[in-house]
Amino acid sequence: MAKFGKKKKGTPGISTASLPDIVFMLLFFFMVTTVMRETSLKIQQPVLPKATEVKKLEKKSLVSYIYVGKSKDGTPGDKIQLNDRISNVEEVKSFIFAERAERKEIDVPKMTTSIKADMEANVGTITDIKIQLRDINALKLNYSTRKGSALDNIKN
Amino acid sequence: MARRDTPEINAGSMADIAFLLLIFFLVTTTMDVDTGISRKLPEKQPEDVVPPILKEKNVFEVNINRRNEILVEGDQYMKVEDLREAAINFIDNGGGTAEALAKEDLKVCSWCEGEKDPASSDHPKKAIISLQSDRGTSYATYISVQNELVGAYTVLRNRYSQKKYGKDFDRLNYEQQKDIKLNIYPQIISEAEPTK
Repeated sequence: MAKFGKKKKGTPGISTASLPDIVFMLLFFFMVTTVMRETSLKIQQPVLPKATEVKKLEKKSLVSYIYVGKSKDGTPGDKIQLNDRISNVEEVKSFIFAERAERKEIDVPKMTTSIKADMEANVGTITDIKIQLRDINALKLNYSTRKGSALDNIKN
Repeated sequence: MARRDTPEINAGSMADIAFLLLIFFLVTTTMDVDTGISRKLPEKQPEDVVPPILKEKNVFEVNINRRNEILVEGDQYMKVEDLREAAINFIDNGGGTAEALAKEDLKVCSWCEGEKDPASSDHPKKAIISLQSDRGTSYATYISVQNELVGAYTVLRNRYSQKKYGKDFDRLNYEQQKDIKLNIYPQIISEAEPTK
C-alpha cells in the first residue's frame, strides 16, 4: 500500500523549453517584414481616398513621399510636408533633387513620387505639386490610395 | 581519461531576451502596403509648340467643377458610377471608316465591340480622354474620376487579353502587355490645367 500512497498529486508543469524557439520564429518574422518609419507626420494623418485600380508600389527605396493634409493646429488650407517639416510648394523641387542625390544615378529614372493626400485636399494644391514635378522631369507619379470602392469617397 | 563535461549554459533567460527584441520590432513595424493609382506626367513642352488639331469626336471631355459635379462632353451631367461605362463606350466605339483611318496608318478597329457610331471615336488609338478639374475640386472626387477612367482601360484590356490569350492582362508577359499598351488600347488621358 505504501508503494501506491507515494503517488504525487497535481498536474505536471508544461515544458517551456520550446518557448524561445517560438518567440524567435516570431522575432525573425517581424525583423524581416519591418520597415522603419522614416518621418513623423507634422500634419494631420491624411485620410487616403479609396480606389480599385491600384498598383503596388515596388522598390520602396526609390519612392519619395509628399504628404498633403490639414495642419494640426487648425489653420486653414492644405499643408505640404516634405521630409520632416511643412514646406512651400516651391520647395518640392529641391526636395526631389535631394532625394535624387541620395540614390545611384542609374536608379534616378526609376524613381517614383508618391503623393499621400487627404481626401479633403484641393486639386489645386495637387496640381501645383504636379507642375513642380513636371518642371524637373520627375514624371512617375503615384496617388496613394487605399483599396476599396471609389464610390465610398463621395458621400452624398 | 575521463571526459570532463563542460557545464551547460543556462538558456532560461533566452526567452526573455527574445521577447524584448520581439516587442521592439512589433512596435516599430509598419505593416501598411503602399498602393495607389500610378500615372505618368507629360513632359514639359516648349512654349512655342503648336498643339495637334484633334477632331472633337475623338475627345471625351470630362469636367469637374468646384462643387464636385461631373460634366461629360460638355452637356451631360453624370454620376461617378456611370462614368466608367461611358468611357468604355467611347474608347471602344471604333467608328472610323477604312479610308479615313488609312490616311493615318491605322486599320479599322477589328477588336472593338462598340456601336461604330460615326459621331464618336474612330479608333482606340485616336480616342483621347480629356480631364479638367477646378482648383477647388476635392481630391476624393478627383481620385474617383481618375480611378473610373483608368478602370475603363483595365476592363477593355482585360477583355481583349481574355479573348486572345485566355487570361487577364496582369498575367500576360511583358511583350504581350506592351503590345496591348501600345497598339490595342493605349491609355490616353490628358489633363488640362484646372480652372481657377
